[in-house]
This record gives sequence, C-alpha cells and structure tokens, in this order.
Amino acid sequence: MKLRYFAWVRERVGLAEEEIDPPAGIATVAELVAWLARRGDGYAYAFENPRVIRAAIDKSHVRADARIKGAGEIAFFPPMTGG
Amino acid sequence: MTATIRLQKEAFDIGAEVTALARGRADIGAVVTFTGICRADESGGTISALTLEHYPDMAEAEIARHVEEARARWPLLGVTVIHRFGRIAPGEVIVLVVTASSHREAAFAAAEFLMDYLKTRAPFWKQVEKAAGNEWVEAKTADDSAAARWSAAKPRRGEVN
Repeated sequence: MKLRYFAWVRERVGLAEEEIDPPAGIATVAELVAWLARRGDGYAYAFENPRVIRAAIDKSHVRADARIKGAGEIAFFPPMTGG
Repeated sequence: MTATIRLQKEAFDIGAEVTALARGRADIGAVVTFTGICRADESGGTISALTLEHYPDMAEAEIARHVEEARARWPLLGVTVIHRFGRIAPGEVIVLVVTASSHREAAFAAAEFLMDYLKTRAPFWKQVEKAAGNEWVEAKTADDSAAARWSAAKPRRGEVN
C-alpha cells in the first residue's frame, strides 16, 4: 500500500510518500502507526505522540481503530489548520 | 444548486466570484460571503508570509462532502468555496466561502457551518515564516468546539429557513 505524509509528519519522516508492505499482524491504523514508529529515528519522532496523528484511508478521514485491510493509500498528518 | 469548489495557488477577485454566483438569478434573495485573510500577527509573532500545504484530491473531496451536507441541511441555491495553497502574504485572501439562498438565515448558517468544517476537517496545514525560522501553526481547540456544535443539533432541510 501507499503511504503519504503531510506537514510536520512529512518533515520528520523525511518522505512525502512511500510504498510499504506491513507484516500480516498489522490490522488497524493504530497498529500501523506503532509499527512505523519503530522503523527509524525520523519515524519515531513523527509518531512519538500517536494521539495527535490524524489519518485518512483512500482520502477519507478515519479513526485510529479503522482497519487497513484493502486500503490503497493511507495518509498521516497533524490536526488540520486550513481556512 | 450551483456548487463551485476550487483549490488554487493564484489570488482571485472576490467580487467577481460573488457576481458569478448570483448572476441572472431572480430566485436568490440573500448572498453571504466569508473571506479569510492572512494576518501579519499569526501564531503570536510577526510573520512575513504563510505557506499552505494540502492533500490535493482529499481536500477537494472533503470540501465537496461538506458542501453536500450544507445543501442537505439548508435550502441553498448556490455555494462557492475557493481555498488557496502555496505561499500567501499578509493581507492576501486565503479562503472564500459564498452561500446563496432565498433568505438570509440559511445563507448565514451555511457559511458558518462550512467555515467551521474547513478549519478542522479539510486537509490543509499552515506554516508561518518568522524571522527566527518557519513553524507549523498549531490547531486550536476553539476551532474543534466550533465545528462540534453542528453535530449537536442537526436541522433538517425546511426546518431552518
């Protein structure tokens, strides 16, 4: 699946997007965040406080307990500050 | 209902957008506009500009979902939402929401509803340029509260007119 990062999540991870293939046991957004946080220092910094991370699956907002099975694109970003 | 949603880097003419929405329409009795402008004193200091990052396809889809929800709640005759991205200097327009209806109540309410949701649900992120360096604007809990009040009471179309 494709992951996309925005704003300071993108800066901390050091990538705007990447293709990943998470292990079979990773079922939810929260589990994916925990797995990503262990991939390196940048990821650990980006995901150090999972409660502030917002996520979208295929361009719709989802909660941390959303299941990732079948997702084409998952995005992670901070709380939004548009308008 | 006429709905126009645009995300763009370029500045635009507010008057032209309002005129375009209501032109040739004898059924529109009220047009409300909200214009969001870049302030020089954002984030507790003087800024030289802000840069808006966005998630292109999702931003359009998310705004369209909320325009549709506004249309279901109020008897709207037209909506225009234009949100800029990229670098924006103080004094420049960031966002424009225009709502049109037969009467003012629906137009005012829908404009406020759309802005509250744009602030908290549309995937845009502001970064400010200050003398000390760039920093990301933090989300305000007041904006979350403003958006949350719309979920408490959900008037059906026809009840608020």
